[in-house]
Amino acid sequence: MSYNWNWSIFFEPAPGGTGTYFDMLLSGLWLTIQTGVFAWIIALVFGSVIGVLRTLPSMTASWVGFAYVEFFRNMPLLVQLFLWFFVLPELLPRSWGLWLKQLPNAPFYTAAIGVGLFMSARVAVQLAAGIASLPRGQKQAATALGLTTSQAYRYVLLPIAYRIIMPPLTSEFLNTIKNTAVAITIGLIELTGQARSMQEFSFQVFEAFTAATVMYLLINIVVVTGMRFLERRLAIPGYITGK
Amino acid sequence: MFATFDFDVIRRSLGYLFLEGMTFTLTLTALSAVGGIIFGTLIALMRLSGYKLLGRIAGLYVDFMRSLPLVLVIFWFYFLVPYVGQWVTGASRPVSVGAFTSALVTFIMFEAAYFSEIMRAGIQSISKGQPAAANALGLTYAQTMRYVVLPQAFRNMLPVLLTQTIVLFQDTSLVYVLSMPDFLGAASKVAQRDGRLVEMYLFAAVVYFTISCVASFGVRRLQARISIVR
Repeated sequence: MSYNWNWSIFFEPAPGGTGTYFDMLLSGLWLTIQTGVFAWIIALVFGSVIGVLRTLPSMTASWVGFAYVEFFRNMPLLVQLFLWFFVLPELLPRSWGLWLKQLPNAPFYTAAIGVGLFMSARVAVQLAAGIASLPRGQKQAATALGLTTSQAYRYVLLPIAYRIIMPPLTSEFLNTIKNTAVAITIGLIELTGQARSMQEFSFQVFEAFTAATVMYLLINIVVVTGMRFLERRLAIPGYITGK
Repeated sequence: MFATFDFDVIRRSLGYLFLEGMTFTLTLTALSAVGGIIFGTLIALMRLSGYKLLGRIAGLYVDFMRSLPLVLVIFWFYFLVPYVGQWVTGASRPVSVGAFTSALVTFIMFEAAYFSEIMRAGIQSISKGQPAAANALGLTYAQTMRYVVLPQAFRNMLPVLLTQTIVLFQDTSLVYVLSMPDFLGAASKVAQRDGRLVEMYLFAAVVYFTISCVASFGVRRLQARISIVR
């Protein structure tokens, strides 16, 4: 291969004067984690609401849940980010649009909200499946005890459902973190973005991408280990995931 | 709010959007799906082969691909494929491969990891009696797979494979990062040329939404039909 490897490139100062190339990648990693966590919080909150809506007996509620999920699932994430970033400010009243466009860190907020809502549809599907997988007796017993619907969800159904869907939620969390890389297209310089600019400045393509790859693998290992721990702590005895 | 809209820009660029952009997207989707399913099946067979080393390699490949963002993988292959081409052909300098080939290789290799998990589940869903009976009839391993196990696994998993293909169809929009002329890329070029971001991106969203909706509706119908037969 006619490629000049130079692994010491990481310790050379990067243009921009903020440190070495390695510092550049680290700041990208940090931004990836921040965006991923914010997006995940949004995905969990919205996904939970929609997931519950999908399991309610009300036709309107389940229709709203269905429409929400189909809306966010049938468009590429990239297109959704463009809609939030380029289209939304133009459709709002002029002063709001201007405020949005002048917002500092606009790519960060757009990415967190865009990826978050995109993933919330997936979380909703998982949670609805988790609730549906519970034996019918759970809901019936809760009703028989005089619990209202919201109490039944709050104290009986959701605590079990969340624990059942821990494994798929782990992979959805990882997907959320990975999907933040798409925000490179709206100018968010996260890990992939930093690797890309390192490649443009230093011409050391493969070193830059290798470092980014290793960092993504590390994120995965940390998340998977952490979630395994959480799963074991929260496992329900008697269920497959339990002891 | 739609008063300042220029819907004519969509009509003017329809030809370019669909003849060039959508053709690129659909060709890339179809070829990647076929290639990804073939490679994915091979990987699944490796994992289930019973050879520890082979299974370990396949497992590592799948885990590796699945922990990376597609955007990063697209960049990787875009820069890596010319060097691999040089290594394979023995040329003196990195060979230049077209944008399309590079994207195709990327998506086949990336989606193979996801397709392999589907095929693995499909193969494992076949009852043990099937390969045992094939074995008793004197079929070799290759024949058992070719005539007994894979056709059934493929059939059982068809809805899931097609759903994954819809995801793939949406994912191909990410070639935007290499400024390739897929549907979104074409829409974005027109948008930037004419300063009509709102109209073009809304239109692109509607088109992707419609196609994906119709396709997933079709998959659901198919699933219902298949599950009655079984």
